[in-house]
Amino acid sequence: MMNIEKIRQDFPILDRKINGHKLVYLDNAATSQKPNSVINAISDYYKNNNANIHRGIHTLSEEATTAYEDVRDKVAAFIGAKETKSIVFTRNATEAINLVAQTWGKTNILPGDEIVISAMEHHSNLIPWQWLAQERQAKLRFIELTPDGLLDMESAKSVINDKTKLVAITQMSNVLGTITPITELSKLAHAHGALLLVDGAQGVPHLPTNVEEMGADFLVFSFHKLLGPTGVGILWARPELLEAMPPFLGGGDMIASVWRDKATFNELPWKFEAGTPNIADVIGAGAAIDYLMALGMDNVRAHEIELTDYALKAFQTLDDVKIFGPMDAKLRGGVISFALDHIHPHDLGQILNESGIAIRAGHHCCQPLMRDLKVWGTARASFYLYNTKAEIDLLIEALKEANKVMGHVAYR
Amino acid sequence: MSLTDELYRETILDHYHHPRNQGELNNATIKIEGVNPLCGDEITLYFNADDKTLSDVKINSHGCSINTASGSIMTECVKGQSLENVKEVINTFKTMMLSKEDNTELSEELEELECLRGVKKYPVRIKCALLPWNTLQQGLERLSSGKTDNQDQYVEK
Repeated sequence: MMNIEKIRQDFPILDRKINGHKLVYLDNAATSQKPNSVINAISDYYKNNNANIHRGIHTLSEEATTAYEDVRDKVAAFIGAKETKSIVFTRNATEAINLVAQTWGKTNILPGDEIVISAMEHHSNLIPWQWLAQERQAKLRFIELTPDGLLDMESAKSVINDKTKLVAITQMSNVLGTITPITELSKLAHAHGALLLVDGAQGVPHLPTNVEEMGADFLVFSFHKLLGPTGVGILWARPELLEAMPPFLGGGDMIASVWRDKATFNELPWKFEAGTPNIADVIGAGAAIDYLMALGMDNVRAHEIELTDYALKAFQTLDDVKIFGPMDAKLRGGVISFALDHIHPHDLGQILNESGIAIRAGHHCCQPLMRDLKVWGTARASFYLYNTKAEIDLLIEALKEANKVMGHVAYR
Repeated sequence: MSLTDELYRETILDHYHHPRNQGELNNATIKIEGVNPLCGDEITLYFNADDKTLSDVKINSHGCSINTASGSIMTECVKGQSLENVKEVINTFKTMMLSKEDNTELSEELEELECLRGVKKYPVRIKCALLPWNTLQQGLERLSSGKTDNQDQYVEK
């Protein structure tokens, strides 16, 4: 069990007042808040160790290099990767997916091949594959959802076949909260000779994640949703895949030797890290991993199941509410998309903000899914380890108030 | 909640729940879509016009209260007006919403727009209010260019 009140003291922003109310931050699926240890790691680095990494002879450069490279070990341990060289730093999960599409994709996808994703992918796990499929005359296919918002494995079995070269799938939906059966998908994909890319942008911050147990070939995620700073993402891939992939961006640090007319490239993982990376924020990301590992991801998950279960039940006490996605908290993460009759999500977001409650409203970068759900957008409350049942009570009260504001005035 | 007496005044809610001139116009001179990709507001605007007058207008709104109310009031302000007047109304409204000072005066015919003035306090939502007007403006530009059969979309930036 985690001591949530103690945890909350580590997050200075949670003391903020918004419109005279204490902040209730329920927009964690968009980005998480940061503990003092992360904020301090970044400012300490700039105050004491700032230098460019690699090739530096002086003390500061050595310190910066060590601090930066140490985070790679931490990331490997955090996701159960066997080899540190399989961890590539990117700007975010989106860039990591684009990296795979532009390098592995362009050398492995041929006309007539098929790429399989699901109907609930974020645009970041859709657009790169749309582009690749168009460019390579390949086919993009979709695994559909069951009526209660789970991944339909019958649909998966019908679209994954011997033409499939890649299955790219979210670990947890940023709209429905749905957790996907990654291990099962891995077996299915591998049985047909396809690779599995896991979009862990939502999953890795909230679920215990082990790349070996999942049977993944690629895993991507972003640190800003995982208590870390913006501007740091991770691509993990099986090392033999990374070895065979051509470089992504060209420039400094990714080279071995350079002539006027040709170049050879650096070893893994630096082959994929052209230019000065985001050193300070990578170091901040290391502090985020330390924080989560000290708490234990199993404990984080248990807390979120409890919160989600509580919230799902509380939502059902509201009139005219529709909840999207599975109703069993064990099958989903702490992301609840909902709609109230006659209230546009945008209006809802604004009214809740008046009470200091931060939620998100809109299409959540999942326009195809919104079309499937036949809505223009949803309101979304999403939780993290510092949220409490008392905050969910405040949300529910504010939603009742919103119903009054938007409904009764007009109809009286 | 302060919004009850500011942003969501009764006028806005009235237009939101009972939008005027809602629907489609068959064989409209101009049909144009307007979208705000950030929030998902989408409208389709239809109007009939010759080179002098905007004789009829309809709007299909799938947006929030501000967006729907703004579009609804807009249709009431511009329907049957000379194109010159329509452009002036667009200008007046956009100036009211975008100027730093809050001294834009509304004539009697436009006083219904007064309810949207409060939206200025919420910068992210000014775009919700402007979408129908910017879409109309782009539709008028298409009308004057003579390319009335083009598919067109106004995208709020």
